[in-house]
Amino acid sequence: MQKNSKKKYAPGRDRSEVGQPEALRLGREGGSFLEELREATRTEFRHCLQCRSCSGGCPFVEAMDLGPSKVLRLLQLGLRDQALQNSTIWICVGCHTCDGNCPMAINIPAVMDFLRQKALQRGVPVPEPDILNFHREVLSSVAKYGRTHKLEIMLRYKVRTGTWFEDLDAGIRMLAKRKLDLLPSKIQDPEAMRRIFASTEVGP
Amino acid sequence: MTREPSYQELAFFPGCTLATSAKENYQSLVTFCEQVGYRLSELPDWNCCGSSSAHSIHGEAALQLPARNLALAPKRGTLLVACPSCYLRLRQTQTLLLRDPELSSRFQSTWGVSPPHELEILPFLSFLSSLDLHSFFSEAGKALHGLRCAPYYGCMLARPAAMPVSRPMGQVMEKVLSRLGADSCRWGHATKCCGTFLAAAKPDIVTPRINAMMDEAVRAGAECIVTACSMCHFSLELRATRTPRIPVFHFSELLSLAAAREPQNWFKRHLVDPVPLLRSKGLLS
Repeated sequence: MQKNSKKKYAPGRDRSEVGQPEALRLGREGGSFLEELREATRTEFRHCLQCRSCSGGCPFVEAMDLGPSKVLRLLQLGLRDQALQNSTIWICVGCHTCDGNCPMAINIPAVMDFLRQKALQRGVPVPEPDILNFHREVLSSVAKYGRTHKLEIMLRYKVRTGTWFEDLDAGIRMLAKRKLDLLPSKIQDPEAMRRIFASTEVGP
Repeated sequence: MTREPSYQELAFFPGCTLATSAKENYQSLVTFCEQVGYRLSELPDWNCCGSSSAHSIHGEAALQLPARNLALAPKRGTLLVACPSCYLRLRQTQTLLLRDPELSSRFQSTWGVSPPHELEILPFLSFLSSLDLHSFFSEAGKALHGLRCAPYYGCMLARPAAMPVSRPMGQVMEKVLSRLGADSCRWGHATKCCGTFLAAAKPDIVTPRINAMMDEAVRAGAECIVTACSMCHFSLELRATRTPRIPVFHFSELLSLAAAREPQNWFKRHLVDPVPLLRSKGLLS
């Protein structure tokens, strides 16, 4: 099976490269958005067969509203806004279990990354604000120090989400075992971080 | 243990987790590498690889944070990366730069050097499986005799399938553990995802997964879980709520214990104390 699959379905290879027929085009709403998605992610969501191997294998599908297969379906149907506003794209951690399972080798995590960033750009309401806040705290730490300062990230995250007393014992256990450094480790060239974080629309 | 007459220098990217919350992973890795003749030289002024957060919400940072590290890395030779998540980010960026001439020229103008196309970015387990460990094994003997482990690779080393590793690492933990006298349990979670940032941001989602994982390890007969990834280690130690919680080792800690055979002071950094288990097995005095 490995030998046969190598020629036609090598993981990561776009099927258009190996002469497969184009997938059926089901919707044209948000046409340019979908074109941009295909270009930015270098993958072809239209090839999804809806076999649901991705959702079946996803370790966190139970916490998601849709699961990856339904998000791909929304894109196939051209239902852009629904594809941008769901908890699935936020709960996805990018573990690549889904595209490892995908018989069409669709890079699903890349699609999730694209949708998340587009949702932010368009100001779409985020159903998982805590997760977004966590990412923002991590990136603001990186922008400031060049490295993550976990204690500050967790404290600021707690302030932002107003969850001071939830999960307090975890923090105390980590502090007691000196797993949270009090002071940040910094890089010597903070200018480099300013350049990286100044250049984009989705700041931390 | 006799040391090699001279050390080979090896460029090394530690990443934020090894540098802070998983210092025990860092220290034991350095100790082990020295035992087998390598001295790790930390990449000067390295920065965070961007981890999950950059690729989640900030495409530019997801590209440029690893890119700066690649600009600081040696042009060729090997860069050892201990953290599978950092490895994935660095390697993906290198692959992207190799494939896309436009990105490559942007890299050149931003960082003033060309991308290190010939640099081999190597995860620790691949490095380990390419070593000649003959003298290490003969010195260490059955240093981990009778320890029943559940080797846990996590998701980052096996995926994505589109980016195969340059040197195979198949079952290297099982092979090495068995040479050292330990038993590896067969269990179904060896390459499952630990939840990464959800362990910090959404414990309610991760805790049941982690408990199910630890339940399965115990059912398979394991007395401890051995991780290849410090992020997995963090999730397992912090989020397991079942009783009893079994100890979780960084793989490097067991390698280092086998090499040195003396009390390792980093064990006290564990949230689940592994010392009683090691003592009960006679592996630690």
